[in-house]
Amino acid sequence: MEDKKLILKVTDLNIEFHDHLIPETVVFDFDLDLYEGEIVGLVGESGSGKSMSAMAIAGLLDRKHMNKRGSIDYDGIDLLNCKRDKLRTIQGNDIGIIFQEPLTSLNPVYRIYDQVEEPLRIHTSLTKEERYEKVLKALKDVELDDPELVMKQYPHELSGGMRQRVMIATAMIMEPKILIADEPTTALDVTIQAQIVKVLKKLNKEHGTAIIFISHDLSLVEKLCERVLVMKSGYIVESGLTKDIFNNPKEEYTKKLISAIPRIDFD
Amino acid sequence: MKINNYIFVKDISLKKNSLKNNRNFIAGSIIVVFMMIFMLVGMIASPYDPTAIDSSAKFQGMSLAHWFGCDNFGRDILSRVMEGTYATFKVAFGTVIIGTLFGIIVGALTGYYGGLIDEILMRINDSIFAFPSILLALLFISLLGAGTYQVTLALGIAFIPSFARIVRAEFLKAKNMDYVKVAKLMGASDFRIIFIHILPNTYTVLLSSIMIGFNNAVLAEASMSFLGIGVQPPDPSLGRMLSEAQIYLAKAPNYALFPGVAIILLILGFSLMADGIGRD
Repeated sequence: MEDKKLILKVTDLNIEFHDHLIPETVVFDFDLDLYEGEIVGLVGESGSGKSMSAMAIAGLLDRKHMNKRGSIDYDGIDLLNCKRDKLRTIQGNDIGIIFQEPLTSLNPVYRIYDQVEEPLRIHTSLTKEERYEKVLKALKDVELDDPELVMKQYPHELSGGMRQRVMIATAMIMEPKILIADEPTTALDVTIQAQIVKVLKKLNKEHGTAIIFISHDLSLVEKLCERVLVMKSGYIVESGLTKDIFNNPKEEYTKKLISAIPRIDFD
Repeated sequence: MKINNYIFVKDISLKKNSLKNNRNFIAGSIIVVFMMIFMLVGMIASPYDPTAIDSSAKFQGMSLAHWFGCDNFGRDILSRVMEGTYATFKVAFGTVIIGTLFGIIVGALTGYYGGLIDEILMRINDSIFAFPSILLALLFISLLGAGTYQVTLALGIAFIPSFARIVRAEFLKAKNMDYVKVAKLMGASDFRIIFIHILPNTYTVLLSSIMIGFNNAVLAEASMSFLGIGVQPPDPSLGRMLSEAQIYLAKAPNYALFPGVAIILLILGFSLMADGIGRD
Protein backbone atom coordinates (compact mmCIF):
# COMPACT_ATOMS: atom_id res chain seq x y z
CA MET A 1 0.00 0.00 0.00
CA GLU A 2 2.94 2.31 0.58
CA ASP A 3 3.68 2.71 -3.11
CA LYS A 4 0.22 4.12 -3.79
CA LYS A 5 -0.55 7.80 -3.67
CA LEU A 6 -2.60 9.19 -0.80
CA ILE A 7 -5.54 11.05 -2.33
CA LEU A 8 -7.80 11.77 0.60
CA LYS A 9 -6.90 12.32 4.20
CA VAL A 10 -9.64 12.78 6.78
CA THR A 11 -8.45 13.73 10.24
CA ASP A 12 -10.40 14.13 13.46
CA LEU A 13 -13.75 14.65 11.77
CA ASN A 14 -16.48 15.49 14.26
CA ILE A 15 -20.04 16.15 13.24
CA GLU A 16 -22.47 17.69 15.67
CA PHE A 17 -26.14 18.48 15.12
CA HIS A 18 -27.60 21.65 16.52
CA ASP A 19 -31.17 21.33 15.40
CA HIS A 20 -32.43 20.28 18.82
CA LEU A 21 -32.09 21.84 22.23
CA ILE A 22 -29.23 19.57 23.19
CA PRO A 23 -26.42 19.30 20.62
CA GLU A 24 -25.96 15.76 19.43
CA THR A 25 -22.67 14.44 18.11
CA VAL A 26 -23.03 11.73 15.50
CA VAL A 27 -19.42 11.27 14.40
CA PHE A 28 -16.43 11.32 16.75
CA ASP A 29 -12.80 11.67 15.60
CA PHE A 30 -13.24 10.00 12.25
CA ASP A 31 -9.93 9.30 10.52
CA LEU A 32 -9.50 7.90 7.04
CA ASP A 33 -6.58 7.68 4.65
CA LEU A 34 -7.72 6.81 1.18
CA TYR A 35 -5.13 5.68 -1.35
CA GLU A 36 -5.48 5.78 -5.10
CA GLY A 37 -7.44 2.89 -6.56
CA GLU A 38 -8.31 1.07 -3.37
CA ILE A 39 -11.69 0.00 -2.06
CA VAL A 40 -12.39 0.79 1.56
CA GLY A 41 -15.39 -0.65 3.33
CA LEU A 42 -17.26 1.31 5.96
CA VAL A 43 -19.45 -0.98 8.01
CA GLY A 44 -21.63 -0.65 11.05
CA GLU A 45 -25.23 -0.74 12.14
CA SER A 46 -27.80 1.90 11.23
CA GLY A 47 -27.12 5.20 12.92
CA SER A 48 -23.45 4.49 13.45
CA GLY A 49 -22.40 7.54 11.44
CA LYS A 50 -21.27 5.84 8.25
CA SER A 51 -23.40 7.87 5.89
CA MET A 52 -22.78 11.12 7.76
CA SER A 53 -19.02 10.70 7.38
CA ALA A 54 -19.46 9.96 3.70
CA MET A 55 -21.72 12.97 3.19
CA ALA A 56 -19.10 15.13 4.83
CA ILE A 57 -16.48 13.83 2.42
CA ALA A 58 -18.79 14.53 -0.52
CA GLY A 59 -19.45 18.01 0.83
CA LEU A 60 -23.18 17.40 0.97
CA LEU A 61 -23.80 18.26 4.60
CA ASP A 62 -26.03 21.18 5.42
CA ARG A 63 -24.25 24.32 6.36
CA LYS A 64 -26.84 25.25 8.94
CA HIS A 65 -27.74 23.61 12.25
CA MET A 66 -24.49 21.75 12.26
CA ASN A 67 -21.02 21.99 13.69
CA LYS A 68 -18.19 20.28 11.88
CA ARG A 69 -14.61 20.03 13.11
CA GLY A 70 -11.53 18.39 11.72
CA SER A 71 -10.26 18.41 8.17
CA ILE A 72 -10.87 16.57 4.94
CA ASP A 73 -7.80 17.08 2.83
CA TYR A 74 -8.16 16.43 -0.86
CA ASP A 75 -5.28 17.52 -3.07
CA GLY A 76 -4.31 20.25 -0.62
CA ILE A 77 -7.87 21.58 -0.36
CA ASP A 78 -9.87 21.27 2.85
CA LEU A 79 -13.26 20.10 1.63
CA LEU A 80 -14.86 20.70 4.99
CA ASN A 81 -14.10 24.39 5.21
CA CYS A 82 -13.44 25.61 1.68
CA LYS A 83 -15.51 28.08 -0.32
CA ARG A 84 -18.62 26.80 -1.99
CA ASP A 85 -17.54 27.47 -5.57
CA LYS A 86 -14.22 25.76 -5.00
CA LEU A 87 -16.08 22.76 -3.61
CA ARG A 88 -18.27 22.76 -6.68
CA THR A 89 -15.36 22.27 -9.08
CA ILE A 90 -14.24 19.23 -7.10
CA GLN A 91 -17.71 17.79 -6.67
CA GLY A 92 -18.76 15.92 -9.75
CA ASN A 93 -15.32 16.22 -11.29
CA ASP A 94 -13.38 14.29 -8.68
CA ILE A 95 -15.97 12.82 -6.34
CA GLY A 96 -18.97 10.78 -7.39
CA ILE A 97 -21.73 9.33 -5.21
CA ILE A 98 -24.29 6.55 -5.41
CA PHE A 99 -27.19 6.46 -3.00
CA GLN A 100 -29.07 3.64 -1.41
CA GLU A 101 -32.43 4.24 -2.97
CA PRO A 102 -32.23 4.25 -6.78
CA LEU A 103 -35.90 5.24 -6.98
CA THR A 104 -35.34 8.71 -5.58
CA SER A 105 -31.83 9.37 -6.83
CA LEU A 106 -32.94 9.85 -10.42
CA ASN A 107 -35.00 12.87 -11.36
CA PRO A 108 -38.40 11.52 -12.44
CA VAL A 109 -39.06 14.12 -15.15
CA TYR A 110 -35.95 13.67 -17.27
CA ARG A 111 -34.85 10.94 -19.63
CA ILE A 112 -31.88 8.82 -18.61
CA TYR A 113 -29.70 10.36 -21.31
CA ASP A 114 -30.15 13.89 -19.96
CA GLN A 115 -29.31 12.80 -16.44
CA VAL A 116 -26.16 10.90 -17.32
CA GLU A 117 -25.10 13.75 -19.59
CA GLU A 118 -25.66 16.46 -16.94
CA PRO A 119 -22.13 16.45 -15.40
CA LEU A 120 -20.61 16.71 -18.88
CA ARG A 121 -22.78 19.70 -19.64
CA ILE A 122 -21.75 21.40 -16.41
CA HIS A 123 -18.06 20.60 -16.32
CA THR A 124 -16.88 20.20 -19.91
CA SER A 125 -17.16 21.99 -23.22
CA LEU A 126 -17.58 18.86 -25.33
CA THR A 127 -19.75 18.93 -28.44
CA LYS A 128 -23.09 17.17 -28.58
CA GLU A 129 -21.68 14.18 -30.47
CA GLU A 130 -18.76 13.76 -28.07
CA ARG A 131 -21.12 13.87 -25.14
CA TYR A 132 -23.34 11.26 -26.74
CA GLU A 133 -20.38 8.95 -27.26
CA LYS A 134 -19.31 9.35 -23.64
CA VAL A 135 -22.79 8.67 -22.30
CA LEU A 136 -23.09 5.60 -24.49
CA LYS A 137 -19.74 4.33 -23.28
CA ALA A 138 -20.60 4.99 -19.63
CA LEU A 139 -23.87 3.08 -19.97
CA LYS A 140 -22.05 0.20 -21.69
CA ASP A 141 -19.44 0.18 -18.92
CA VAL A 142 -22.08 -0.51 -16.30
CA GLU A 143 -23.25 -3.45 -18.41
CA LEU A 144 -26.72 -2.28 -19.30
CA ASP A 145 -28.16 -4.58 -21.93
CA ASP A 146 -29.54 -2.05 -24.39
CA PRO A 147 -27.97 1.35 -23.66
CA GLU A 148 -29.52 3.03 -26.72
CA LEU A 149 -33.00 2.14 -25.50
CA VAL A 150 -32.32 2.95 -21.85
CA MET A 151 -31.13 6.43 -22.82
CA LYS A 152 -34.55 7.33 -24.15
CA GLN A 153 -36.44 5.98 -21.15
CA TYR A 154 -37.64 7.65 -17.99
CA PRO A 155 -36.56 6.41 -14.54
CA HIS A 156 -39.95 4.87 -13.76
CA GLU A 157 -39.59 2.58 -16.77
CA LEU A 158 -36.45 0.93 -15.37
CA SER A 159 -36.01 -1.76 -12.75
CA GLY A 160 -34.18 -1.09 -9.49
CA GLY A 161 -31.00 -2.76 -10.70
CA MET A 162 -31.03 -0.83 -13.97
CA ARG A 163 -31.57 2.44 -12.12
CA GLN A 164 -28.66 1.71 -9.85
CA ARG A 165 -26.50 1.01 -12.92
CA VAL A 166 -27.60 4.32 -14.40
CA MET A 167 -26.64 5.99 -11.11
CA ILE A 168 -23.22 4.40 -11.29
CA ALA A 169 -22.85 5.56 -14.90
CA THR A 170 -23.80 9.10 -13.85
CA ALA A 171 -21.34 9.06 -10.99
CA MET A 172 -18.56 7.60 -13.13
CA ILE A 173 -18.95 9.68 -16.28
CA MET A 174 -16.44 12.32 -15.19
CA GLU A 175 -14.09 9.51 -14.17
CA PRO A 176 -13.83 10.72 -10.57
CA LYS A 177 -10.89 9.80 -8.35
CA ILE A 178 -13.21 8.89 -5.50
CA LEU A 179 -16.57 7.14 -5.66
CA ILE A 180 -18.71 7.04 -2.56
CA ALA A 181 -21.17 4.17 -2.61
CA ASP A 182 -23.67 4.74 0.21
CA GLU A 183 -25.29 1.34 0.68
CA PRO A 184 -25.73 0.92 -3.07
CA THR A 185 -27.05 -2.61 -2.79
CA THR A 186 -29.37 -2.42 0.19
CA ALA A 187 -32.50 -1.81 -1.87
CA LEU A 188 -31.71 -4.57 -4.36
CA ASP A 189 -32.18 -8.32 -4.26
CA VAL A 190 -29.26 -10.67 -3.86
CA THR A 191 -28.56 -11.54 -7.49
CA ILE A 192 -28.65 -7.89 -8.54
CA GLN A 193 -26.41 -7.03 -5.58
CA ALA A 194 -23.78 -9.39 -6.88
CA GLN A 195 -23.97 -7.85 -10.35
CA ILE A 196 -23.69 -4.30 -9.04
CA VAL A 197 -20.70 -5.25 -6.91
CA LYS A 198 -19.12 -6.85 -9.96
CA VAL A 199 -19.62 -3.63 -11.93
CA LEU A 200 -18.08 -1.57 -9.13
CA LYS A 201 -15.09 -3.86 -8.97
CA LYS A 202 -14.63 -3.69 -12.72
CA LEU A 203 -14.81 0.12 -12.75
CA ASN A 204 -12.34 0.23 -9.89
CA LYS A 205 -9.87 -1.86 -11.88
CA GLU A 206 -10.35 -0.12 -15.23
CA HIS A 207 -10.42 3.49 -14.10
CA GLY A 208 -8.42 3.26 -10.90
CA THR A 209 -11.22 4.94 -8.97
CA ALA A 210 -10.96 4.66 -5.22
CA ILE A 211 -14.25 3.50 -3.73
CA ILE A 212 -15.61 4.12 -0.26
CA PHE A 213 -18.12 1.32 0.06
CA ILE A 214 -20.64 1.85 2.84
CA SER A 215 -22.67 -1.16 3.81
CA HIS A 216 -24.01 -3.19 6.65
CA ASP A 217 -23.76 -6.29 4.52
CA LEU A 218 -20.46 -7.77 5.65
CA SER A 219 -20.42 -10.60 3.15
CA LEU A 220 -20.28 -8.06 0.32
CA VAL A 221 -17.64 -6.02 2.10
CA GLU A 222 -15.52 -9.09 2.61
CA LYS A 223 -15.58 -9.88 -1.11
CA LEU A 224 -15.07 -6.35 -2.35
CA CYS A 225 -12.90 -4.34 0.01
CA GLU A 226 -9.21 -4.41 0.79
CA ARG A 227 -9.58 -2.46 3.99
CA VAL A 228 -12.46 -2.08 6.42
CA LEU A 229 -13.45 0.50 9.00
CA VAL A 230 -15.97 -0.68 11.56
CA MET A 231 -18.12 2.04 13.08
CA LYS A 232 -20.34 2.02 16.11
CA SER A 233 -22.34 4.94 17.48
CA GLY A 234 -20.10 7.51 15.87
CA TYR A 235 -16.74 5.97 16.67
CA ILE A 236 -14.42 3.90 14.53
CA VAL A 237 -14.06 0.85 16.75
CA GLU A 238 -11.76 -1.12 14.53
CA SER A 239 -9.92 -0.70 11.25
CA GLY A 240 -7.45 -2.67 9.19
CA LEU A 241 -7.08 -5.07 6.30
CA THR A 242 -10.23 -7.01 5.50
CA LYS A 243 -8.67 -10.43 5.94
CA ASP A 244 -7.17 -9.54 9.31
CA ILE A 245 -10.43 -8.19 10.62
CA PHE A 246 -12.52 -11.04 9.34
CA ASN A 247 -10.11 -13.73 10.50
CA ASN A 248 -9.13 -12.15 13.74
CA PRO A 249 -11.58 -9.53 15.01
CA LYS A 250 -10.40 -7.78 18.13
CA GLU A 251 -13.51 -5.93 19.21
CA GLU A 252 -16.55 -7.65 20.63
CA TYR A 253 -18.77 -5.58 18.34
CA THR A 254 -16.90 -6.66 15.21
CA LYS A 255 -17.17 -10.30 16.28
CA LYS A 256 -20.91 -9.90 16.66
CA LEU A 257 -21.22 -8.26 13.25
CA ILE A 258 -19.24 -11.04 11.60
CA SER A 259 -21.20 -13.78 13.32
CA ALA A 260 -24.36 -12.18 11.93
CA ILE A 261 -23.35 -12.80 8.30
CA PRO A 262 -25.55 -15.24 6.45
CA ARG A 263 -23.07 -17.06 4.23
CA ILE A 264 -23.57 -16.87 0.48
CA ASP A 265 -21.06 -17.15 -2.32
CA PHE A 266 -21.51 -15.38 -5.60
CA ASP A 267 -18.27 -15.60 -7.60
CA MET B 1 -59.77 -15.96 -16.10
CA LYS B 2 -60.62 -14.22 -19.34
CA ILE B 3 -62.58 -11.56 -17.52
CA ASN B 4 -59.66 -10.91 -15.24
CA ASN B 5 -57.35 -10.48 -18.17
CA TYR B 6 -59.71 -8.05 -19.77
CA ILE B 7 -59.89 -5.87 -16.68
CA PHE B 8 -56.14 -5.92 -16.33
CA VAL B 9 -55.61 -4.76 -19.91
CA LYS B 10 -58.19 -2.05 -19.51
CA ASP B 11 -56.49 -0.77 -16.36
CA ILE B 12 -53.17 -0.49 -18.12
CA SER B 13 -54.61 1.45 -21.04
CA LEU B 14 -56.35 3.84 -18.64
CA LYS B 15 -53.12 4.48 -16.82
CA LYS B 16 -51.09 5.01 -19.95
CA ASN B 17 -52.95 7.99 -21.36
CA SER B 18 -54.84 9.14 -18.32
CA LEU B 19 -55.34 12.71 -19.59
CA LYS B 20 -56.81 11.49 -22.85
CA ASN B 21 -59.22 9.25 -20.97
CA ASN B 22 -60.04 11.79 -18.32
CA ARG B 23 -63.61 12.95 -18.90
CA ASN B 24 -63.30 16.03 -16.70
CA PHE B 25 -60.22 17.19 -18.52
CA ILE B 26 -61.77 16.65 -21.94
CA ALA B 27 -65.03 18.39 -21.03
CA GLY B 28 -63.07 21.24 -19.48
CA SER B 29 -60.85 21.71 -22.49
CA ILE B 30 -63.82 21.67 -24.86
CA ILE B 31 -65.49 24.47 -22.88
CA VAL B 32 -62.24 26.44 -22.68
CA VAL B 33 -61.60 26.07 -26.41
CA PHE B 34 -65.19 27.15 -27.11
CA MET B 35 -64.72 30.26 -24.95
CA MET B 36 -61.43 31.03 -26.68
CA ILE B 37 -63.07 30.85 -30.10
CA PHE B 38 -65.95 32.97 -28.82
CA MET B 39 -63.44 35.52 -27.60
CA LEU B 40 -61.38 35.47 -30.79
CA VAL B 41 -64.48 35.96 -32.95
CA GLY B 42 -65.26 38.98 -30.82
CA MET B 43 -61.77 40.37 -31.42
CA ILE B 44 -61.69 39.73 -35.16
CA ALA B 45 -65.29 39.99 -36.31
CA SER B 46 -67.47 41.46 -33.62
CA PRO B 47 -71.01 41.78 -35.04
CA TYR B 48 -71.37 45.35 -33.76
CA ASP B 49 -69.14 47.93 -32.15
CA PRO B 50 -69.52 46.99 -28.45
CA THR B 51 -69.63 50.65 -27.41
CA ALA B 52 -71.89 51.96 -30.21
CA ILE B 53 -75.12 53.40 -28.80
CA ASP B 54 -78.34 52.93 -30.77
CA SER B 55 -81.28 54.53 -29.01
CA SER B 56 -83.81 52.88 -31.34
CA ALA B 57 -82.67 49.42 -30.19
CA LYS B 58 -83.05 50.02 -26.42
CA PHE B 59 -83.93 46.79 -24.55
CA GLN B 60 -84.56 44.99 -27.78
CA GLY B 61 -85.12 41.28 -27.13
CA MET B 62 -83.26 38.44 -28.75
CA SER B 63 -83.53 38.60 -32.53
CA LEU B 64 -81.63 37.57 -35.64
CA ALA B 65 -80.01 40.99 -35.86
CA HIS B 66 -79.09 41.05 -32.15
CA TRP B 67 -78.73 37.43 -30.99
CA PHE B 68 -78.44 38.25 -27.29
CA GLY B 69 -80.57 41.39 -27.51
CA CYS B 70 -79.61 44.96 -26.60
CA ASP B 71 -78.98 46.77 -23.33
CA ASN B 72 -80.27 50.00 -21.82
CA PHE B 73 -78.26 52.10 -24.33
CA GLY B 74 -79.16 49.91 -27.29
CA ARG B 75 -75.71 48.35 -27.39
CA ASP B 76 -75.45 44.82 -28.79
CA ILE B 77 -75.09 42.40 -25.86
CA LEU B 78 -73.41 39.66 -27.91
CA SER B 79 -70.61 42.02 -28.95
CA ARG B 80 -70.31 43.29 -25.41
CA VAL B 81 -70.15 39.79 -23.91
CA MET B 82 -67.46 38.88 -26.43
CA GLU B 83 -65.45 41.98 -25.65
CA GLY B 84 -66.13 41.59 -21.91
CA THR B 85 -64.95 37.98 -21.93
CA TYR B 86 -61.75 39.17 -23.55
CA ALA B 87 -61.31 41.89 -20.92
CA THR B 88 -61.94 39.43 -18.09
CA PHE B 89 -59.63 36.87 -19.64
CA LYS B 90 -56.90 39.47 -20.07
CA VAL B 91 -57.06 40.50 -16.42
CA ALA B 92 -57.24 36.91 -15.16
CA PHE B 93 -54.34 35.86 -17.38
CA GLY B 94 -52.17 38.77 -16.30
CA THR B 95 -53.05 38.13 -12.67
CA VAL B 96 -52.07 34.49 -12.91
CA ILE B 97 -48.81 35.35 -14.69
CA ILE B 98 -47.80 37.89 -12.04
CA GLY B 99 -48.94 35.62 -9.21
CA THR B 100 -47.23 32.51 -10.56
CA LEU B 101 -44.00 34.20 -11.57
CA PHE B 102 -43.39 35.91 -8.25
CA GLY B 103 -44.99 33.03 -6.37
CA ILE B 104 -42.49 30.63 -7.91
CA ILE B 105 -39.56 32.91 -7.16
CA VAL B 106 -40.60 33.51 -3.55
CA GLY B 107 -41.63 29.89 -2.98
CA ALA B 108 -38.46 28.50 -4.54
CA LEU B 109 -36.14 30.78 -2.57
CA THR B 110 -37.87 30.21 0.76
CA GLY B 111 -38.37 26.50 0.27
CA TYR B 112 -34.90 25.80 -1.05
CA TYR B 113 -32.75 28.00 1.17
CA GLY B 114 -34.84 28.14 4.33
CA GLY B 115 -33.35 30.06 7.25
CA LEU B 116 -33.52 33.82 7.49
CA ILE B 117 -34.71 34.47 3.94
CA ASP B 118 -37.54 31.99 4.56
CA GLU B 119 -38.54 33.67 7.81
CA ILE B 120 -38.58 37.16 6.30
CA LEU B 121 -40.36 36.37 3.04
CA MET B 122 -42.88 33.98 4.57
CA ARG B 123 -43.82 36.39 7.35
CA ILE B 124 -44.48 39.09 4.73
CA ASN B 125 -46.39 36.44 2.84
CA ASP B 126 -48.44 35.55 5.91
CA SER B 127 -49.37 39.15 6.51
CA ILE B 128 -50.56 39.52 2.91
CA PHE B 129 -52.32 36.17 3.17
CA ALA B 130 -54.21 37.28 6.27
CA PHE B 131 -56.31 39.71 4.20
CA PRO B 132 -58.98 38.44 1.80
CA SER B 133 -57.57 38.90 -1.70
CA ILE B 134 -60.43 41.15 -2.81
CA LEU B 135 -59.91 43.44 0.18
CA LEU B 136 -56.22 43.56 -0.56
CA ALA B 137 -56.88 44.30 -4.21
CA LEU B 138 -59.21 47.11 -3.11
CA LEU B 139 -56.40 48.53 -1.04
CA PHE B 140 -54.03 48.48 -4.02
CA ILE B 141 -56.71 50.01 -6.25
CA SER B 142 -57.12 52.87 -3.83
CA LEU B 143 -53.38 53.42 -4.05
CA LEU B 144 -52.99 52.91 -7.81
CA GLY B 145 -56.36 54.10 -9.12
CA ALA B 146 -58.99 52.09 -11.02
CA GLY B 147 -58.51 50.58 -14.46
CA THR B 148 -57.65 47.33 -16.25
CA TYR B 149 -53.91 47.38 -15.63
CA GLN B 150 -54.25 48.48 -12.04
CA VAL B 151 -56.72 45.68 -11.35
CA THR B 152 -54.38 43.16 -12.96
CA LEU B 153 -51.45 44.34 -10.89
CA ALA B 154 -53.47 44.51 -7.68
CA LEU B 155 -54.94 41.04 -8.09
CA GLY B 156 -51.57 39.69 -9.19
CA ILE B 157 -49.92 40.91 -6.00
CA ALA B 158 -52.81 39.60 -3.93
CA PHE B 159 -52.38 36.18 -5.55
CA ILE B 160 -48.63 35.83 -4.91
CA PRO B 161 -48.87 34.38 -1.37
CA SER B 162 -51.03 31.39 -2.25
CA PHE B 163 -48.75 30.40 -5.13
CA ALA B 164 -45.67 30.99 -3.01
CA ARG B 165 -46.98 28.62 -0.35
CA ILE B 166 -47.76 25.86 -2.79
CA VAL B 167 -44.36 26.14 -4.49
CA ARG B 168 -42.58 26.37 -1.14
CA ALA B 169 -44.21 23.17 0.09
CA GLU B 170 -43.16 21.37 -3.07
CA PHE B 171 -39.59 22.64 -2.80
CA LEU B 172 -39.37 21.61 0.85
CA LYS B 173 -40.37 18.13 -0.20
CA ALA B 174 -38.03 17.98 -3.17
CA LYS B 175 -34.91 19.53 -1.73
CA ASN B 176 -34.13 16.50 0.40
CA MET B 177 -34.60 14.06 -2.43
CA ASP B 178 -31.54 12.16 -3.48
CA TYR B 179 -31.66 13.45 -7.04
CA VAL B 180 -31.14 16.96 -5.71
CA LYS B 181 -28.13 15.77 -3.74
CA VAL B 182 -26.84 14.07 -6.86
CA ALA B 183 -27.28 17.29 -8.80
CA LYS B 184 -25.44 19.18 -6.07
CA LEU B 185 -22.62 16.70 -6.20
CA MET B 186 -22.45 17.09 -9.94
CA GLY B 187 -21.57 20.67 -9.19
CA ALA B 188 -24.82 22.14 -10.49
CA SER B 189 -25.42 25.73 -9.42
CA ASP B 190 -28.30 26.59 -7.08
CA PHE B 191 -30.06 28.32 -9.97
CA ARG B 192 -29.81 25.16 -12.07
CA ILE B 193 -30.99 22.95 -9.21
CA ILE B 194 -33.97 25.18 -8.45
CA PHE B 195 -35.21 25.80 -11.97
CA ILE B 196 -34.03 22.77 -13.93
CA HIS B 197 -33.99 19.97 -11.39
CA ILE B 198 -36.76 20.77 -8.92
CA LEU B 199 -39.25 23.09 -10.66
CA PRO B 200 -40.29 20.64 -13.42
CA ASN B 201 -41.09 18.11 -10.71
CA THR B 202 -43.73 20.41 -9.25
CA TYR B 203 -45.71 20.66 -12.46
CA THR B 204 -48.81 18.61 -11.50
CA VAL B 205 -49.41 20.67 -8.39
CA LEU B 206 -48.41 23.91 -10.03
CA LEU B 207 -50.54 23.40 -13.14
CA SER B 208 -53.74 22.67 -11.27
CA SER B 209 -53.16 25.53 -8.87
CA ILE B 210 -52.61 27.84 -11.84
CA MET B 211 -56.00 26.74 -13.21
CA ILE B 212 -57.69 27.27 -9.86
CA GLY B 213 -55.90 30.60 -9.52
CA PHE B 214 -57.22 31.56 -12.94
CA ASN B 215 -60.77 30.83 -11.79
CA ASN B 216 -60.32 32.89 -8.68
CA ALA B 217 -58.93 35.69 -10.82
CA VAL B 218 -61.95 35.58 -13.15
CA LEU B 219 -64.27 35.79 -10.16
CA ALA B 220 -62.22 38.51 -8.52
CA GLU B 221 -62.11 40.60 -11.70
CA ALA B 222 -65.87 40.20 -12.15
CA SER B 223 -66.44 41.27 -8.55
CA MET B 224 -64.15 44.26 -8.90
CA SER B 225 -65.86 45.39 -12.09
CA PHE B 226 -69.22 44.71 -10.45
CA LEU B 227 -68.17 47.12 -7.72
CA GLY B 228 -67.14 49.60 -10.40
CA ILE B 229 -63.41 49.66 -9.77
CA GLY B 230 -62.29 47.30 -12.51
CA VAL B 231 -62.59 47.92 -16.23
CA GLN B 232 -63.92 51.45 -16.70
CA PRO B 233 -66.99 52.30 -18.81
CA PRO B 234 -67.74 52.49 -21.68
CA ASP B 235 -65.45 49.46 -22.20
CA PRO B 236 -67.46 46.31 -21.52
CA SER B 237 -66.63 43.83 -18.80
CA LEU B 238 -68.65 40.86 -17.61
CA GLY B 239 -68.83 42.01 -14.01
CA ARG B 240 -69.77 45.54 -14.97
CA MET B 241 -72.52 44.30 -17.30
CA LEU B 242 -73.95 42.20 -14.47
CA SER B 243 -74.00 45.14 -12.11
CA GLU B 244 -75.74 47.33 -14.70
CA ALA B 245 -78.17 44.57 -15.59
CA GLN B 246 -79.43 43.99 -12.08
CA ILE B 247 -81.49 47.20 -12.26
CA TYR B 248 -83.29 45.89 -15.34
CA LEU B 249 -83.53 42.27 -14.20
CA ALA B 250 -87.30 42.10 -14.60
CA LYS B 251 -87.40 44.12 -17.82
CA ALA B 252 -84.51 42.50 -19.67
CA PRO B 253 -83.43 39.20 -18.08
CA ASN B 254 -81.27 38.41 -21.12
CA TYR B 255 -79.03 41.36 -20.21
CA ALA B 256 -77.95 39.64 -16.97
CA LEU B 257 -78.18 36.09 -18.31
CA PHE B 258 -75.49 36.15 -20.99
CA PRO B 259 -72.63 37.79 -19.09
CA GLY B 260 -73.43 35.44 -16.21
CA VAL B 261 -73.32 32.40 -18.46
CA ALA B 262 -70.00 33.58 -19.90
CA ILE B 263 -68.48 33.79 -16.39
CA ILE B 264 -69.87 30.39 -15.47
CA LEU B 265 -68.48 28.77 -18.62
CA LEU B 266 -65.02 30.31 -18.15
CA ILE B 267 -64.83 29.06 -14.59
CA LEU B 268 -66.40 25.69 -15.26
CA GLY B 269 -64.00 24.98 -18.12
CA PHE B 270 -60.86 25.75 -16.14
CA SER B 271 -62.17 24.02 -13.00
CA LEU B 272 -62.81 20.82 -14.90
CA MET B 273 -59.36 20.99 -16.47
CA ALA B 274 -57.74 21.58 -13.08
CA ASP B 275 -59.67 18.65 -11.65
CA GLY B 276 -58.54 16.46 -14.52
CA ILE B 277 -54.89 17.40 -14.06
CA GLY B 278 -55.05 17.04 -10.29
CA ARG B 279 -56.51 13.57 -10.54
CA ASP B 280 -53.98 12.48 -13.18
